Amino acid sequence: MPSSPSLRPPAVRIDALRWMRENLFSGPVNTALTLFALYLLWRFVPPVLDWLFFSATWQGSSRADCQPGGACWIFIGQRFGQFLYGFYPLEQRWRVDLTALSIVVLAAPLFFSRFPQRRRWAIGYFLLTPLLAWWLLYGAGILGLETVPTEQWGGLMLTLVIAAVGIAGALPLGILLALGRRSQLPAIRVVCITFIEFWRGVPLITVLFMSSVMLPLFLPEQMSIDKLVRALIAVILFEAAYLAEVVRGGLQAIPKGQYEAAHALGLSYWQSMGLVILPQALRLVIPGIVNTFIALFKDTSLVIIIGLADFFTAVHRATVDPEWLGFSTEGYVFAAFVYFLFCFGMSRYSIALEKRLARAQKR
Amino acid sequence: MTPGETLRGGPRRWFYDPKIRALAAQILTVLAIALFAGWIVHNTVHNLTMRGITSGFGFLGNSAGFGILQTLIDYRETDSFARVFVIGLLNTLLVAALGIVFATVLGFLVGIGRLAENALIRGLSALYVETFRNIPPLLQIFFWYFAVLRAMPSPRQSHELLGAFFLNIRGLYVPRPIPAEGFVPALLALGIALAAALTLRHWARRRQERTGEPFPTGRVALLLLIALPLAARLIFGAPFTWELPQLQGFNFRGGWVLLPELVALTLALSLYTAAFIAETVRAGIQSVPHGQIEAAIALRLTPRQRLRLIVLPQAMRVIIPPLTSQYLNLTKNSSLGAAIGYPDLVGLFAGTVLNQTGQAIETIAMTMAVYLLISLTISLMMNWYNRRMALVER
Repeated sequence: MPSSPSLRPPAVRIDALRWMRENLFSGPVNTALTLFALYLLWRFVPPVLDWLFFSATWQGSSRADCQPGGACWIFIGQRFGQFLYGFYPLEQRWRVDLTALSIVVLAAPLFFSRFPQRRRWAIGYFLLTPLLAWWLLYGAGILGLETVPTEQWGGLMLTLVIAAVGIAGALPLGILLALGRRSQLPAIRVVCITFIEFWRGVPLITVLFMSSVMLPLFLPEQMSIDKLVRALIAVILFEAAYLAEVVRGGLQAIPKGQYEAAHALGLSYWQSMGLVILPQALRLVIPGIVNTFIALFKDTSLVIIIGLADFFTAVHRATVDPEWLGFSTEGYVFAAFVYFLFCFGMSRYSIALEKRLARAQKR
Repeated sequence: MTPGETLRGGPRRWFYDPKIRALAAQILTVLAIALFAGWIVHNTVHNLTMRGITSGFGFLGNSAGFGILQTLIDYRETDSFARVFVIGLLNTLLVAALGIVFATVLGFLVGIGRLAENALIRGLSALYVETFRNIPPLLQIFFWYFAVLRAMPSPRQSHELLGAFFLNIRGLYVPRPIPAEGFVPALLALGIALAAALTLRHWARRRQERTGEPFPTGRVALLLLIALPLAARLIFGAPFTWELPQLQGFNFRGGWVLLPELVALTLALSLYTAAFIAETVRAGIQSVPHGQIEAAIALRLTPRQRLRLIVLPQAMRVIIPPLTSQYLNLTKNSSLGAAIGYPDLVGLFAGTVLNQTGQAIETIAMTMAVYLLISLTISLMMNWYNRRMALVER
């Protein structure tokens, strides 16, 4: 049987003109919007780019080298060390570098799913790196490392310390609070709900105020707490309440059958939570936890209020330094860029994770 | 086997009884918390007596003795700390209200922009959201305050808009409306128009239910709301006269002055929160199943009707709860104004008053109580709204 000549599929041409007609000029309103957007871009993008890059001064060593008409990035270059380390002693800065390096390098195996004994490595990592970091940063005279008091900590390093300790402390507390809020025992439920709603209802700034002026009143006279530790306590309590709500969302998403099955197997409360419910619930809410961490990272900038010299404070102080007065825009733009890199990176990671988990859930 | 016996037959030990265990766990928790609280109270009382601070709210009646940058109600330095508290609260509410209005408008625009047909608008909206929500709000406040508004020229070289708005280092000067003889008639006309519009809507709805005939309520109501006040204006004269800011010597006189602190705080909070509101709005609109829109097209509803009758009611159900929590966040974030010296509740009361009186516990407790009260009230209202709005299923 002679087959009829098969028709080829209609050619789909993806050309720029057609794309523009469909996406940018499909109607009078659309065209007007396009023109409006183009006007905005034309009005703002060239001057901003010019200020940021083309007319900017990149090389030089003092204020005198700055050219008018553009940003003066010499300012950032000159103060870069302070932005990173604060007033950490110059000759001791290698300790900060080494801490950062060891945290990153030791974490690397966790990101390879085929690494043997990954679980054991993870447990060891989360138990030991905090101790290692504390020893390297604080020293305390152990093994010949001299003490660097926390008043001298600062810059991006302090921001990362607050963020890391904050999340490490808030996550376990948040999980406990979430479990307590869903507990069958009324007294425990009431305590947890009160705790969570209290911290979620007040601004972090008042919590920091409270930790810096009220905490010393709460403790016995002879007991004095480091300013950094006070801020850390405030951050941990505050973020734990938010994390508790995130984790509760995960607990509620676990089907009742899972609870009943764990019960039927004769597991105790803690066994069924630890072995059956939490591993599933936490995996569900990883994106939520990352989002809380992003919020926590942005919130670290508030410690300026109680006089800790984190990254944001370091930048702000540099902009009011008489030697570099009038370069605050450069300072804030640089700080914004750094915060953006961290937060945007983490939010992308969270989205990727969400997609991967959704795939794993699908089967 | 009777209850109370184990498999081996012996009597069950009392400490394996789940009821007793539950009771014991609760009693222990409460006891631990009570002991901890008692320890803290003991320490605090001891510390306070050592420092010679008398606790209590008696200090609220004392005279404050300091000036305040911005007061919405009358205030003199001899006024009491209680009045300072009210002023701080009003300042917080002012910046929160301004921020909520601007953030809502901008957030809805950007959120709808993220779903626009136009690729450029879509891209710009995404750029906006990603930029502003990934930069700490405090940094944004500092940027607007220190890098932009503090760098403004002196009053003599003010930036000017339309001869009525002036921006300089002292703040933003805007015209002030002063009620004139046409004010009361205009207000009455607006009230009548509003009442008429509501009656009209009621009547139109009843008629449509009875006969199925639609009535262009929206257009007629708009006409009423414009025409009646306009008529009042033509008959009785203008409702307001505008007092323009005028340069006199080295400074402006007249008009309203918006402090740079207020402008920076409002701007930063609005831009920051708008990015989150935009995401909320986008998620809400996307949550409406596409079948609903197709069904609306099949019923030959116009695009406007589609939006008004099908998409918006369903989207708002999803949007409103997270939107309220964004409003709450904005209100709580307004406390960041303390860092640039805006006299809000935190800056003024938990800052200045605390430093003046040393009454740390009382001032911070009062400040926190205000925020808690706002949060709890709004969450209660939200729960009520959610129950009312929940889909009634068979």
